[in-house]
Amino acid sequence: MKLKVNQQDRSYEGDPQMPLMWYLRDELGLTGTKFGCGTGLCGACTVHVDGKAARACVTPMADLSGKSVTTIEGLSADGNHPVQKAWRSANVPQCGYCQPGQIMNAAALIAANKNPSDAQILEGMQGNICRCGCYQRIFAAIKTAAKEA
Amino acid sequence: MSFSKYKDQPLIKNVSRRDILKGIVSGGGFVVAAQFLPRMAVADGGSVNQYKTGADGMPGGVVWNPQVFVSIAKDGTVTIVSHRSEMGTGSRTSLPMVVADEMEADWSKVKIVQAEGDEPKYGNQDTDGSRSVRHFIQPMRWCGAATRNMLEQAGAVYFTCSNMEVRAENHKVVHVPSGKSVGYGELADIAATMKVPSLKQIALKDPKDFRYMGKGNVQLYDMRDITMGTATYAQDVHVDGMKFAVVARPPVLGGKAVKWDEAAAMKVPGVIKVIPINGTPMPAKFAPLGGVAVVANSTWAALKGREALKVQWDDGPNKVYDSVKFKAAMAEQARRPGKIERNEGDFEAAVKTADKVIEREYYVPHGSHATMEPPAAVAKVAGGKAEVWACVQSPGGTRGDVASTLGIPEKDVRVNVTLLGGGFGRKSKCDFALEAALLSKAMGGTPIKVVWTREDDIQHAFYHSVSYQHVTAAIDKNKKVIAWRQRSVSPSLMSNFMPDPKRESALELGLGLIDTPFNVPNLRLETGEAVAHTRIGWFRSVNNIPHAFAMQSMIGELAAELGKDPKDFLLEMIGPGRIVDPRKTVTSELWNYGDPFETYPIDTARMRAVVERVAKEAGWGKKLPKGEGMGIAVQRSFQTYVASVVHVKVDGKGNVEVPRVDSCIDCGFHINPERIHSQIEGAAVMGLSIAKLTQITFKDGRVQQSNFHDYPVLRIGQGAMDVRTYIMPHPPEVPAAGVGEPGVPPFAPAFCNAIFAATGKRIRELPLGDQLSA
Repeated sequence: MKLKVNQQDRSYEGDPQMPLMWYLRDELGLTGTKFGCGTGLCGACTVHVDGKAARACVTPMADLSGKSVTTIEGLSADGNHPVQKAWRSANVPQCGYCQPGQIMNAAALIAANKNPSDAQILEGMQGNICRCGCYQRIFAAIKTAAKEA
Repeated sequence: MSFSKYKDQPLIKNVSRRDILKGIVSGGGFVVAAQFLPRMAVADGGSVNQYKTGADGMPGGVVWNPQVFVSIAKDGTVTIVSHRSEMGTGSRTSLPMVVADEMEADWSKVKIVQAEGDEPKYGNQDTDGSRSVRHFIQPMRWCGAATRNMLEQAGAVYFTCSNMEVRAENHKVVHVPSGKSVGYGELADIAATMKVPSLKQIALKDPKDFRYMGKGNVQLYDMRDITMGTATYAQDVHVDGMKFAVVARPPVLGGKAVKWDEAAAMKVPGVIKVIPINGTPMPAKFAPLGGVAVVANSTWAALKGREALKVQWDDGPNKVYDSVKFKAAMAEQARRPGKIERNEGDFEAAVKTADKVIEREYYVPHGSHATMEPPAAVAKVAGGKAEVWACVQSPGGTRGDVASTLGIPEKDVRVNVTLLGGGFGRKSKCDFALEAALLSKAMGGTPIKVVWTREDDIQHAFYHSVSYQHVTAAIDKNKKVIAWRQRSVSPSLMSNFMPDPKRESALELGLGLIDTPFNVPNLRLETGEAVAHTRIGWFRSVNNIPHAFAMQSMIGELAAELGKDPKDFLLEMIGPGRIVDPRKTVTSELWNYGDPFETYPIDTARMRAVVERVAKEAGWGKKLPKGEGMGIAVQRSFQTYVASVVHVKVDGKGNVEVPRVDSCIDCGFHINPERIHSQIEGAAVMGLSIAKLTQITFKDGRVQQSNFHDYPVLRIGQGAMDVRTYIMPHPPEVPAAGVGEPGVPPFAPAFCNAIFAATGKRIRELPLGDQLSA
């Protein structure tokens, strides 16, 4: 099967049931997509599939034929996507492990809704857990990014 | 398949054995220093504000030698070693920032490299107990000041002038009379030949000259890598030729695998080998739990292989562990006379004279750290040597444990520390790294990455101990508390290190029980027995959580009983500002977080001050709408004082919102206020998880939870979205104290006190769960 990862053409012949997360991490070395729960409960593995946020840990490779996957490494060429910039200016991360997933989810949220309400931000980010507890700053950063996107 | 991005470059910039860092290196060459008296060589024995901490008593002690921590390249790049693990508190940024400030380095020209585990070289590396800044702010200041001194000496050589005529300033040494200057890069080679000055020969900066300390103007060093997904955690490590392993571990502590279907596992494409791992009977320290490992070409194949194993277990004696029954047994213990751990006055006599006696019980369940990064490690064990890459809080300890597990000398073990995707105490225990080492050895030297899944993590943690507290307070006719007895029953974490002590150790009792500062004339603190049937570990702030929950909730209960304002009554219980010294009234020892009591006494003036400040900031006492309430609590932990006011809003269905949290922290002299704010915000979120959601329970010896669906932790918008932090200012003479943990203990009691204020309902068991709607 063929797919695109960060604009690059890829072909995959392995187990169609293998989740995208392991393909990215183990086969392509794209480890910005983090392993957190393996069951779609924490959002650490969030990527974009055809522009929409998806949990790579529960997305089997079989579903990706002809699709375009964007990972945190492909979100922007220089790391200066408005969400990434807002994350830095709000000093969001503590340990940082969940942050690529948070950023990918936030970027998809803003792409789909240029002017999200507070409630829409909170609802849209419910699936992304941060055990360090950076939520207050995640929320602030998304509001900033939405203004600048 | 390509790993080109990894080729020829370290996964995380570790100090390399092979790298000879340019600049200040162990010189041994021509020593110019002797002819110069350092500029600030002062007659009074140095202006280094030295106070004693427990750092000297830790493995490896303290090292501050610039030749170990600092190097300067010809282009002026200053490289500073971070010897503590980074798990989210910011110490990997903050301690090098201290060095940079003292040495007058420009932060934009500073690079940080992570030390490998080597405590004789770097000093203690056990990133735990909120110690990094507490124990290393002084050594890192000395290190920076000594580096500055050496650069100034080098400047004097460069300008052929006296030491008195040069001054280090923002990455340059200035020749004061002429105004000429020379960059640090140009001075590196000369500075490298300078003798490291003694403590008496260096002077620390005047706080008014600080560039970074206390300013909050330095960003997390790894910020850019984190936001770009290029930061490397142990789960992300790749070593050439590496294979992947997952382990089926016994579901009951001490259990053994008796039968498994190796053939079925081997049929899974990609599976290479099935390897049994022996467990170690308790006390097992951090030894692997044992079980059956599956090694494969990919994580996915290893996971499928493990599923196919269908292991049958012999559970062993801990199969009896049942949280419901255990709770009842703990309650029974707590209601009986226990072992006296601290005694003042005569509790029984006071009770007889009392106008009123109030008894309450509080329960806190097991918890699991659930770090966002489940444990992981890579090991390569070949030719009698071992190299490990792991997310460990204690790389020095890990080095020793790998060495003893493999039976090789420590010098032949290298432990590379990645970033830690959360730690909270879980990653102080290196069982996962030992698994990787054993498997690599069994595979004849193939590098092995052991991946823990979330289920592995939740079901095989070192759990926050379950606890039952029984409190009895006697009140006289004047509405004064004249007697207080608290019995604490909790399986001890010492069960990992010695035959089960069955009751809290001195270390645990010092975490908020026998160090209580309450101003009560008849005070009795006791422990009851509780056997550990699972691995008990330390979890961010440890026993402070149940001890503070019981004490600070009880204070709320008594305030209500006496019709007193909870904040005023809390201050009454703390009593006047004084030093409380329980050392004479404890029956064994007062463990003061490993530090000298003289440096870090129990100071109720500081405790009062955080209570008063937070109450003022939170608008304590203001009229709130029906269904809303504020609660307050305070705790001294890790030598730091934190008071919190939690504001809750409870609807008719018993749903609780937390619209605002105010916290005031007094951690002595502080260096990175921005990270202190983030730690206190995070502590409120974790505190709310503990208060409202998280609970590990056992049945038939097995953990009943497995992932975030049945071990829910706080999600965004579920409260604590508006946390306001106030930091008490202090000069450097006031010893720096802990920050990572102390925000947690006051949260749960303040939260439950707020629920009482809002609803009149008292919550005595955590988590809250549906207690208000039931």
